[in-house]
Amino acid sequence: MSTLAPSRTEQSDDVPVDLRPLRRLKRNRLLLQLACVAVSLFMVVPFYLIAVAAFSSPAAMNEFPLRFLPTAFSVETMSTFLSSTGVGAGLINSLIVAVGTLALSLVVGAPAGYAIARYVFKGRDQYQLFLLFTRALPIVVLSVPLAELFLNVGMYDTPLAVVLLHTALTLPTTILVTASVFLAVPVDVEEAARIFGCGPLGAFGRVVLPLALPGISAASIFTFVLSWNEVLGATILTLNQRTLPATVLSSLSDSPLTFRFAGGFFLIVPALIFIAVMRKYLINMWGTTIR
Amino acid sequence: MADISIRNLVKTYPGNTEPATKNISLHVEDGEFMVLLGPSGCGKTTLLRMIAGLELPDAGAISIGGRDMTYLPPNRRNLSMVFQSYAVFPHRRVRQNIGFGLMTRKMPKDEIARKVAWAAELLQLTPYLDRYPAQLSGGQRQRVAVARAIVVDADVLLMDEPLSNLDALLRLNFRAELKKIVEHIGTTTVYVTHDQVEALSLGDRVAVMEAGKIAQLGHPMEVYDRPADTFVGGFIGSPPMNFLDGQVADGRIIFGEGASIPAPAAVPPGPIRIGIRAEAISIAAHRPDLVPAVVDVVEPLGAATLLTVKVADQSLKVQIPPSQRVSSGETVFLHFAPDSVRLYDPQTGLGLLASV
Repeated sequence: MSTLAPSRTEQSDDVPVDLRPLRRLKRNRLLLQLACVAVSLFMVVPFYLIAVAAFSSPAAMNEFPLRFLPTAFSVETMSTFLSSTGVGAGLINSLIVAVGTLALSLVVGAPAGYAIARYVFKGRDQYQLFLLFTRALPIVVLSVPLAELFLNVGMYDTPLAVVLLHTALTLPTTILVTASVFLAVPVDVEEAARIFGCGPLGAFGRVVLPLALPGISAASIFTFVLSWNEVLGATILTLNQRTLPATVLSSLSDSPLTFRFAGGFFLIVPALIFIAVMRKYLINMWGTTIR
Repeated sequence: MADISIRNLVKTYPGNTEPATKNISLHVEDGEFMVLLGPSGCGKTTLLRMIAGLELPDAGAISIGGRDMTYLPPNRRNLSMVFQSYAVFPHRRVRQNIGFGLMTRKMPKDEIARKVAWAAELLQLTPYLDRYPAQLSGGQRQRVAVARAIVVDADVLLMDEPLSNLDALLRLNFRAELKKIVEHIGTTTVYVTHDQVEALSLGDRVAVMEAGKIAQLGHPMEVYDRPADTFVGGFIGSPPMNFLDGQVADGRIIFGEGASIPAPAAVPPGPIRIGIRAEAISIAAHRPDLVPAVVDVVEPLGAATLLTVKVADQSLKVQIPPSQRVSSGETVFLHFAPDSVRLYDPQTGLGLLASV
């Protein structure tokens, strides 16, 4: 064998290198890049067009063909929108509702998620499934009985009513997402905190919560955006205390085109800002994933 | 610093029928290094976790330094612990990791800084104090875990297989270092391991556990030399103790045709099992009183040569000096050092007499 071995390597030198797998690899990489660009454009182009329209003068909107570049920059459309009735109040209501929903769903949902992650109790699996039932019912079906209920208890047309509805809607995902987040925090790290002098709450606050923060912020993005954009329930449960989407929706049919674009743009921006702020908690904070 | 007294501890995990610990009693002296040794599932970790307060027993009592601890939460037991998985806090720098136990005990800042510096120096972590654990190697992370455990002035130091996640060379170095550190601080220590070499090298005493019970408790050399039963003998030592079945008749233990050793006077006739360590068997030139054996496998290990031989169809490991040349298939003659032969009941596996 020792004399055979070198001759075999000499032989294999003569075999030409097959470049086809490499070419296929390069082609696939290129296709993947193109797919990424296409998906990104699909998301960005409508937003871009809305932004261009929102910052063009009303006159430019009526031109044909429409411009794709913001050449006729003007804040006239936006200022008209912002100063029209209901927008300021709607914005404040929307913020109250979104932040309230966020806080309430975390206060209720995170401990529930923690319990699902850490404790074995009877009916845990059924409970997790049952949670999703709230989302099985369409909001339209839920809203009318809810409106009646809130009318009866005197909470109709208050931001609190909308907060409660939105919390009910976001709670299942908040609980399930935070449960998986807490599951990813190693138990022995928590036990180490207990050994080294923390009570149950101390261990949670000093060790578990900081480690779970990225996941919790992901859950909160979802909650915030859902509450900010939810329009049907908010419209049915309020009359004067409308959230911004509800306000825009109710005046949509009898408002000019520019108002619609300005409204659309203004509805997107806060959600984007919130996502941008939370994003830094999403990506890992200590140079690694959770472990 | 304090002694640990464990009385009749019983713990059954929910959903299991077999208890994890069966009525265990153990006393660890003040300042003693106690090793709990056993295969996985023998209840050693459960016992440690009950001392820590991370599991609560179904029955029995634990007291540390004369104070009952049985159902106290972990943070009120004044313990420290090193975890198998290190369990360092990923979101805190090395400095804050080491000082964590001091911080929760509300120690003044300058005092914490002084103690952290001392522990970091002892474990060669000083250059890494401002790093996050993710920026450290596995060995360094384990050092952080050890430093965190020794800075607190705990009554008892618990270690749950602290070396098992390290690679072989690192484990060897760190084992000696750990022994030195623990001797230096002098805290009562309970150390869990499944590695018998670690147990022998570190412990003042070793408790060998099997199926939720303590099979033998004693000084490492005593456990090694005089295993209480065949389980302990088979678990401790590399290679494990050899066991040979034979019959006692006419003052000799007979393993087969022409293979027998003298039996001690007190042994009654009948079946018997002997236990002998590989290094207590030597091979010699043919003499009628020696046991003939056929060499099956020869494994040179550097410092010694390990033989697998067959005596009357029973396999034996024999350790000989590397200078002795033997080849497989050869017939050799074994000399069993009389002081090292242990006798066991073949049915129960329990030791019969201390020695021949």
